[in-house]
Amino acid sequence: MLDAKTDILKNLQSDILRLQGFKSMSNVTLDIGLGSITNTFPNGSFPLGAVHEFLSTQIEDAASTSGFIAGLLSSLMGNNGITLWISSSRTLFPPALKSFGIEPDRFIFIDLQKEKDAIWVMDEALKCNALSAVVGEIREIDFTTSRRLQLAVEQSQVTGFILRNNYRKLNTTACVSRWKITPLASVLNDNLPGVGFPKWKVELLRIRNGKAGTWDVQWINGGFIPVESISSVSIWQQQKAG
Amino acid sequence: MDKRYVSIWFRHLNTDWFSLRQPQLRNVPFVLRTPSHGRMIITATNAVAEANGINTGMVLADARAVVPELEVLDDIPDLSEKLLKRIAEWCIRFTPVVAIDLPDGLLLDVTGCSHLWGGDENYVSDIIKKLKTRGYDVRVAMTDTIGAAWAVARFSKEPLVIASNKHIDALMSLPPQALRLEADVVDRLHKLGLHQIRQFIKMPCASLRRRFGQHFLMRLDMALGQQIETIQPVQPIEPYQERLPCLEPIVTATGIEIALRQLLETLCLRLMQEQKGLRTAIFKGYRIDGKIEQVDIGTSRPSHNVKHLFKLFEIKLPTIEPDMGIELFVLEAPKVEDHLPMQEKMWEGSVGLEDMRLSELIDRLANKVGIQTIHRYLPDEHYWPERSFKQSTSLQEKSTTVWRKDKLRPLQILRHPERIDVTAPIPDYPPMVFRYKGKVHHIVKADGPERIEQEWWLQQGQHRDYYRVEDEEGHRYWLFRLGHYHDETYQWFIHGFFA
Repeated sequence: MLDAKTDILKNLQSDILRLQGFKSMSNVTLDIGLGSITNTFPNGSFPLGAVHEFLSTQIEDAASTSGFIAGLLSSLMGNNGITLWISSSRTLFPPALKSFGIEPDRFIFIDLQKEKDAIWVMDEALKCNALSAVVGEIREIDFTTSRRLQLAVEQSQVTGFILRNNYRKLNTTACVSRWKITPLASVLNDNLPGVGFPKWKVELLRIRNGKAGTWDVQWINGGFIPVESISSVSIWQQQKAG
Repeated sequence: MDKRYVSIWFRHLNTDWFSLRQPQLRNVPFVLRTPSHGRMIITATNAVAEANGINTGMVLADARAVVPELEVLDDIPDLSEKLLKRIAEWCIRFTPVVAIDLPDGLLLDVTGCSHLWGGDENYVSDIIKKLKTRGYDVRVAMTDTIGAAWAVARFSKEPLVIASNKHIDALMSLPPQALRLEADVVDRLHKLGLHQIRQFIKMPCASLRRRFGQHFLMRLDMALGQQIETIQPVQPIEPYQERLPCLEPIVTATGIEIALRQLLETLCLRLMQEQKGLRTAIFKGYRIDGKIEQVDIGTSRPSHNVKHLFKLFEIKLPTIEPDMGIELFVLEAPKVEDHLPMQEKMWEGSVGLEDMRLSELIDRLANKVGIQTIHRYLPDEHYWPERSFKQSTSLQEKSTTVWRKDKLRPLQILRHPERIDVTAPIPDYPPMVFRYKGKVHHIVKADGPERIEQEWWLQQGQHRDYYRVEDEEGHRYWLFRLGHYHDETYQWFIHGFFA
């Protein structure tokens, strides 16, 4: 009796997801390497074919945010994927992407003067399913625009990331999730000198049909490691990443 | 096919243009003047003034003595060249090859054109009629050579359309200046009593050359067709070009779109058959009032995909102003490259830089926001951070070297390193405290230094000692000291931010 009830609930829930424009991801699941964090996502997998929103207030946060996104992209792009990086004031240093396991020459950068153009390019790029992902450094985005982007990705199943550095107003958007990544002091074992692996406080402020939460995540040896699962041995023999 | 040429002679080009703007000048004696050596010289006359015995080159005072009621206006320098260029572009309706023949004529290569007007006579009379309605007094001649057409238009009183291979007969009775000779040669010929071409055409070449020079013979041969003369068209002809004349002038956007689609289909079919693809294309609309409206596009790889090319044009079509209507559409592809057919099914669904859909997206973006905004980078073999990557020229370009990952680089970098105030304890130790944008950062952890020397063969300067540091808030920075610690001139900079 109880089993039947949970079954019905599960079916209803997936119906709701479908009605909300969430295509079933059963054929395109991708292990993004976020470990236990993945359980908070709808259907238990990172939402592909959706637009994610990232907030940051200063350039140090922007660096951590782009690091986290680069980590996501490394599994999104696979061996052959292409990412479009749209910006109106780009500070990203292409060679550094290599340490996140991505070939920087598989990025195409669009450097524009106006945010209006950036949004147009983002919309156009999200419709092109030859791309793995589109990253847009867009400071202000209104609800209508974000809904337009969301409609574009539902057709093409491209994943979009919006980086809102130094945003003026925190408004409602149609993005599937809202993240905030801030840097944390790196951990060093046994009082070793030097700077450790990148460590971030990952705040999932909002996610549609999922559970929000906060985690500490490290980027070690080309993969995310949520801090609680870090084992203290044999990390230091690996290559560090910036 | 035998060549056919038309020469158009504007008898009163500049004065006709003035009369068009001021119709009251049409029936009065009227000249243009320009100052020369302290006198006023007449540079152009209209038909009425000419009938009264006033010629170009006369002094204005003399002309006033002959015709006291003479109207005089200042000449505009280079007017005739500008007018001829405009009329030449308009004349492209008759033939694609139109050349300017300074100071007062046009030359048209009409080989294979006149049958569209139903014969040579109709063709020539249509040219005369159309130019007359525009207000220009012209004489037109059609023959087999440029030289003969020029001569017949200006000096013949006989029929102006000379049948094929009859141009030599037509030349016989014309004066020597019809051969486009220098003034002193013409004078000499007249002094010798050679007033018509038939009097010297049969003379042996050697004696003609001795008396009148090589240039004279060249001009004679050109008129007779024994030497080929080329003309410089006002608009070079593109080998890949399609034209679409319209019965009625087109004014609507839908009409323009249909015209573009039709032209693209014919051009792309031809390109496909020849295994070519276009890199640039220009779509032109010839308006009734003689103006040309045009838009152009470029692609990042050769393409003959009608749908894609139409999309590229579509964004720019609204800039075309049909005004009174467009009567001729032309699509040109000035840059065409080989485009081998590929097995499209195989490529579809594959992701990567080879994907057609990607290059089509890049075309669309470049078309809207400009190609200079699109960047892709390849590794370059330099340690100096600013030079460690170079811009790639195309999507397909492969790197000759690999991206390094043994040295850590920050994800965010400042375009120009910024000065910071630093407290550093011992030489070559990382700083303890630094101040950036008014905020003090206490450094907790640090790595370094990594010394990067200036590449002296490229640029002179001091080396940089880079440190990777972390402050007490967990923010990670990339700092460097320019120069040795012991030098008086060393400075500290912040260059980047680690993730």
